[in-house]
This record gives sequence, structure tokens and C-alpha cells, in this order.
Amino acid sequence: MITVLNPGIYCTIQDLGRIGFAHIGVPISGAMDLHSASIGNQLLNNKKSAAVLEIPFGGCKLQFETVVTICLTGADFNPTIDGELIALNSVFKVAKGAILSFGSRKYGVRTYLCVLGGFDAETVLKSSSYYKGVTARSYLQKGDTLCVGFNNPIKQKSHAKIKVDVQHFSTNKIRVTKGPEFELLSKNQQNALLKGVFTVSKDNNRVGYQLEESLENELKPILTSGVLPGTVQLTPSGKLIVLMRDCQVTGGYPRILQLLDNATSKLGQKIAGDEVQFWLEE
Amino acid sequence: MLNQLTYKTFGKNAILIEWPAVISEEVLQDIVAYKTKIERLLKLQDVIVGYNSLLLVYNFEIEKFQTKVALLKELYFQKGVISKIRGVHWSVPVCYDPVFGIDLELISTRKNKSVEEIVRLHTEVVYKVFFIGFLPGFLYLGGLNSEIALPRKETPRLRVPKGAVAIGGHQTGVYPAESSGGWNIIGNSPVSFFEMDKITPCFAKTGDEISFESISFEAYTSIKEQIENNTYQHKKIG
Repeated sequence: MITVLNPGIYCTIQDLGRIGFAHIGVPISGAMDLHSASIGNQLLNNKKSAAVLEIPFGGCKLQFETVVTICLTGADFNPTIDGELIALNSVFKVAKGAILSFGSRKYGVRTYLCVLGGFDAETVLKSSSYYKGVTARSYLQKGDTLCVGFNNPIKQKSHAKIKVDVQHFSTNKIRVTKGPEFELLSKNQQNALLKGVFTVSKDNNRVGYQLEESLENELKPILTSGVLPGTVQLTPSGKLIVLMRDCQVTGGYPRILQLLDNATSKLGQKIAGDEVQFWLEE
Repeated sequence: MLNQLTYKTFGKNAILIEWPAVISEEVLQDIVAYKTKIERLLKLQDVIVGYNSLLLVYNFEIEKFQTKVALLKELYFQKGVISKIRGVHWSVPVCYDPVFGIDLELISTRKNKSVEEIVRLHTEVVYKVFFIGFLPGFLYLGGLNSEIALPRKETPRLRVPKGAVAIGGHQTGVYPAESSGGWNIIGNSPVSFFEMDKITPCFAKTGDEISFESISFEAYTSIKEQIENNTYQHKKIG
């Protein structure tokens, strides 16, 4: 069991998400950086679907009430156990009573605390991912206790070490395919979109990332239609919004690009002011 | 009725099927029939319905897009497999008391109609459920009488209560949970449109029909109690 001493801002339990409920309007959710979360579960030999704790901006302090085997992945905020710096992407046992906290930022935004057996959290519609209105909790609060699951880790050869690609955090290249309304853009708009550099704005969260630069836009809204995490919408003002894991299931803005899943994970590690460039795959 | 459909890739693991860009019950009927055929044949991760679209989400990367489309097209033109699909017709109680219908007076002034007339126009229509989106359990309904259509507010309210029945442009709907929202509020329904502990969290689905039934404040309170005690049954018509 783990006690929350300081809840940070918008720390959430996440897994692969609430898959298969879009037809009743339920967002998928799931770890913003699914790639990093899955590395943690692989290192621990957990199931792919094991629940992890998503910690933005290294903003939380946790106390372990029992011995827990953990692995931290994702953003590096100089994590410490009882004041001693610990490595990311490696597995170790944390002693009873130990306190995990974070320091200044080295890279990324979202750190994942993965535990052996995964977190045992309320499961709604086949997922433990926090989402307001679906799960009772929408983010971590002071004094919360997090239970560690007993579900057996899968048996397979252990990945004692996984080489973590720093490019995942440093690259500004966001790989995309054409969205359904891409061809409605003029050649000029297409060029501006694919050659331009875009800056992540302050309006960025688990629902979407708005980008600062605008495109000239005369496209009309579309009839409300399905969207996916990673869909890039062009708003009437010409601003781009990249939909993220907690996005609604339908939308009415033209969908001009679609991020590859790994690109959505990469974007989930960007903060306001970071620059990105779209890289079109055929 | 057969339509000219287009098939597009949407990311690596989804196919978007689009009908001509119109909102109509004929298109909806065609979408529902096609969706049913597709879901009988294919095991998909999800199928998201839009006014004129189906988004098929596969749980794997699509390698042979053209082959998949050919199969889907064949399915579309297959005759006689599915007769007209009849959705369920639900009766949804709504209390139009001004305590809830905080914009009724505004609509009454703007439209030069009495509140009773607005309620009559809102309750006499059988609405079609086009799809669910925006929020878990938020039904996109077609069929609002244009005499009570009213543009959404320029500045959305930060808090629209759960159950609020509202009009936004030519659409009407019920907020399944507290949310921000710019629609004009005319009443409140005590029933839940999203119950996550149920096998079917949302009782209605694409293709169903909804009628609103005007109820008193007392009836509203009594239904609320039934819901809390888990004894309320969603009411079907016919």
C-alpha cells in the first residue's frame, strides 16, 4: 500500500484505457505516454494492461506502507527515495516507510510509477484509468491510499534492462498520416502545415494540445463525426488542436492529420513552448 | 436506399465510411443497417457513428486497406440480410418547471410563444437518436421543431446540471452529467443516461426513438427516489 503525502497536480491512475466504449460516448483515456508506461510494465513482467500512476511535473510525494517492487519510467524529474537519487527504467524494491519524491526537471513531463502486479484500483468498463464522471476519483488527493495488486505477473523471460531511446523525449518530429479532411486543404495550407514549426501552447492537457501558430482557414465545420486520440483538428480560427487520450469520441472540426500512436505518446511528453514539426508518412 | 459512399483511411487502424453530408433519417437508417451487417461479420474494437459517417476502429494495424474496403463494399450491397431495423421507442420524463427551465422565459420572449406552447412543441415530437458523443451518454437527437430552435449561448455556462434538457441550434438533448455547456436550458430529466454499473451503461442507442413526457415537480422527486432505490425502469412505448 502507498499513501499519498502530496497529491501533485492531476496525478492519475492509468492503463491501456477504456477500449470499446466510444459508441456510448466514453473517451478511451489511458496513459498519455503509452510507450513509457509499457516499458515499466515490461521491465516488471507485468501484464500490458497493468495500471500505473501517471505523474505530471514530478508533482507528488508518496510513502510506501509495505515493501513494493517498483519501476519509474517516462519523464525524468530527479526522483529520490528518502532523499537518495534513483535511476529511471530499472526495477528495485522499496523498503517499508520509504518516501518517493521528485526534484527538478531533466526531460519530459509525465513520469510513470509502475509497481509489480500493477495498481489495484476501481475498474469501470474494463479499465482503471481515472476519468471524471466515469471513475469515482478523477485525480489523486492528499491522504489517498493506493493498493498494489496481487495479480500475478506474466511468466516470460525477464527484460532486466531495456534501452530507453532519449529521442522519444528530445525529438520534435511528430509522425502523422493524412486525416480524412486533409485533401480539402489548399496546397498553401498543406505546405504551411507540413513545413511549419508549431509551438505547444499553454492550453495543453489530457484532452488535447492546442498549438500556437495558426493556419489560414476557410474550411467549414464538418457534420459531427468520429475522432480518435492523435487526431489533429483545424478550428475555425485556424488554430490546430491535437486530441489526446481523454478526448471526446466525436467532433465537428475538420480532421486534417492523424498522429501515429507513438507520436501521440511523444507529444504527451511536451510542455508549453516546445516546438514540434509534423512528418507525413505515406 | 443505396448511397454513394466513400472509404478513407483514418490513421493506421481505422477506416472512415462517409455518406453524403446531410442530416437525414434516411441516411441514419442506412448507417444503422450497414453498421449491423458489419458488426455481425467483423470483430471490431469500436464503431463510432456520426451524422453521416461510420468510423470503424480495428484492434490491429490495417495492412491491406483496398482488400478491406472491397469486403466492406460487398457487404453494403448484400441484399435481404437485414430488414428494416426498428429501434426502441423510449419515453423520457422531463420536468419543465421554471426552477429547472431557466431559459424558458428567454425562449418565450424571443419566439413570442407561451411556455406551455414551447413545452407542447418539445414534447409532441418523436426524436431519433443519431449517435452518442460529447459526453458519456449524451444523445444527439434529430427532429426538433424549428419553431423552438435557438442558437446556443455566446458564452457557455460553466456548470450545466446533470439531467438538464436543452436546445442548441436545431438540436435538443439531455446533459448526462454536470458539464459546461452553451445550450438553452428548458427543463430537467430525473433519469440517468449513463449508469456505469449497468451492463448497458446507456439505455438508448443509435437508431432508437425518444419522446419527452412532461411531468410535475412531485413526479420528478418521486422518480428521483426510485432511481436512488434502484427501482426505476426506463419506460418503453409500444
